[in-house]
Amino acid sequence: MGYTLVYTQVLEFFPYLIKGALISLQIAILAFFGGMFFGLIFATIRTFGNKLMNNMVIWYVTFFTNTPQLVQIYFLFFALPEFGILLSPFVAVLVGMTLNAAAYLCEIQRAGFLSIRQNELDAAKTLNFTLTQQVKYVILPHIMRVLFPPLSNHYIIMTLGTSMAAIFGVEELTGRAFNINSETFRSVEIFSLTALVYIVITFIATFLLAVIGRYFFKAKMRIIQ
Amino acid sequence: MERLLEEIPSFFTIWNIIFLGKAMGVTFLLTAIGCFIGFSVGGLLAIFRKTKSIILLPLRFFIVIYTEVFRRIPFLVSLLLMFYVFQILKISDNLFLIATITVCLIATAYIGEIIRSGIESINQTQWDAAEAMNFSYFQILKEVIFPQAWKVILPPAFSFFIMFIKDTALASQIGVMELTFAAKILNNKGFSPLLSFGTILILYFILSFPLDRFGKYMEKKLVTNRN
Amino acid sequence: MSQIEIKSLNAYYDKLHVLKNINLNVEKGEILSLIGPSGSGKSSLLKMLVGLLKPKSGDVILNNKQVNYNNNSDLRTIREQFAIVFQQYNLFQNMNVLKNVCIAPTKIQKRDDKKVEEQAINLLEKVGLKDKLKSYPDELSGGQQQRVAIARALCLNPEILLLDEVTSALDPELVQEVLDTVRLLASEGMTMLIVSHEMSFVKEVASRVVFMDEGSIIEINNPKDLFDNPKEKRTLDFVSKILKDK
Repeated sequence: MGYTLVYTQVLEFFPYLIKGALISLQIAILAFFGGMFFGLIFATIRTFGNKLMNNMVIWYVTFFTNTPQLVQIYFLFFALPEFGILLSPFVAVLVGMTLNAAAYLCEIQRAGFLSIRQNELDAAKTLNFTLTQQVKYVILPHIMRVLFPPLSNHYIIMTLGTSMAAIFGVEELTGRAFNINSETFRSVEIFSLTALVYIVITFIATFLLAVIGRYFFKAKMRIIQ
Repeated sequence: MERLLEEIPSFFTIWNIIFLGKAMGVTFLLTAIGCFIGFSVGGLLAIFRKTKSIILLPLRFFIVIYTEVFRRIPFLVSLLLMFYVFQILKISDNLFLIATITVCLIATAYIGEIIRSGIESINQTQWDAAEAMNFSYFQILKEVIFPQAWKVILPPAFSFFIMFIKDTALASQIGVMELTFAAKILNNKGFSPLLSFGTILILYFILSFPLDRFGKYMEKKLVTNRN
Repeated sequence: MSQIEIKSLNAYYDKLHVLKNINLNVEKGEILSLIGPSGSGKSSLLKMLVGLLKPKSGDVILNNKQVNYNNNSDLRTIREQFAIVFQQYNLFQNMNVLKNVCIAPTKIQKRDDKKVEEQAINLLEKVGLKDKLKSYPDELSGGQQQRVAIARALCLNPEILLLDEVTSALDPELVQEVLDTVRLLASEGMTMLIVSHEMSFVKEVASRVVFMDEGSIIEINNPKDLFDNPKEKRTLDFVSKILKDK
């Protein structure tokens, strides 16, 4: 084989690598909440809006869910300059991920809206709840419980999705792995270590989300299936 | 804008169209092979994961680790890791092969989970009733569980297939000649990025959208069938 | 010689001690009814007999032969003696009624296809469902499904029939049709262990009643004495509560 795995040479870069994970997290959280915000607006339009706006949202969602996030970001990064819009790598990735997330999170939240059962609303009405009370005590808790698992799942997907930022030079986790690789050429060691970091990050995230889900939203979620 | 319109004829040459067609084929092939293997091997993983005998415990342990690992690593990292492992071990320098193997490993993990979910959705009493009648584990799966589970498995599995088409875009990063790589090549050749990446976006859409519609139609049919 | 002898049996579901020091004899042809609050171990006892819950300690002797639930070939033999009907989801949803009844006798017991089909049709006629042979379970009511499940159990030619709360999941108007079927079987001399909440039915049909609570057998007696003159306080509490609810 003529190749021995030497992890020690790579371990001195470990702190540098881990700090990249923080940037990955940053991107994921920003894009997620950005996506939630716009997704909520879109979901509201889809559920309550007029026909024209409804169709516009449908087209948006259809486009963004049927094309790859990577190519969406490529487009933003390389094609927008043609129109004079120059985005830095970080911003391009962030905008791309946000636009993409908005589409998926719109659909998830819309499903949440649709899951409100009429008899729950009726029950609340007969108990003389005002509209605000209905929302606060019946609708919101129900929606949050229904939405928490798929939203958490999408968040995890997005966390893994931040790795494509490396392609554009962003120095998040994978990007830093690229850098270390070009310095030490210990490719297998670096990328296996990076893989391990992603595994740990997602486990922590899944665990925290499961705990939050169970205690705050009464959403039952498993950690390992 | 005029520059763009001027470019269009030189962009859509026969050569380019064939080039893009081939790239689209590679994208589709990667997805299809990945999902086919993913379904077959993933199915086996799901079946063996639910066995109860002590002898098979190491196998169950391996399956759980395997599934968790490949579902928690980004595609890009998996591809790169596989690329470098192949390089180090001097197995092959065929990029398509490397990408295909990676894609199969990933799909197996995801589809295996979908199948396992489907199996678990069948009420425990169905298992108990069959077991009490002396059905073996595999007989129960064959005669009772899978004939019911496939309806629960097919929609998410098909969804995964459609999602996977988009994920193969990352294979471009190790140099596989699929759609995204083709866009990069055309862009590097001097064509406008708007045209290059825009066209590729449309091509992905053409691949994905009909399948998506078919998937939704199929789901509707399954729901009405069940009722 | 009892048909079933259970001695000092203990069983656990994960860490939960669900069967505590069970001692019970079942005579051939008798109809034993198990009653008690939820979680008392009644269903667990039936599941244990049919090998779905492995005993941790204790002995089970079937027809004078000691059996080992942890031995696979023993387990096959044990299961050939019993047939069990659960509360719901008994029928295989992907097969029609006839196939449901015939599949185990033909595929597992390897009996002759034609003879099995004949017996199946007879049994389905007995339970009043001869015209539903080709129907699928989701086309039947809960009561009809349970009657098919009973026919399916009988087609296995068991020595002992186990009925685990077979009417508990049914709408009230469907309960009687199933109880009528059970009543019919009771009069034919088959050994039966019946877990039920239907107290009047239990009183009518059972030769002995076993009261269980929290995993142990508290009291065993004939129905009249157990209901009217319970010896244990817990039995009294349970029985009076049940009668009060009626």
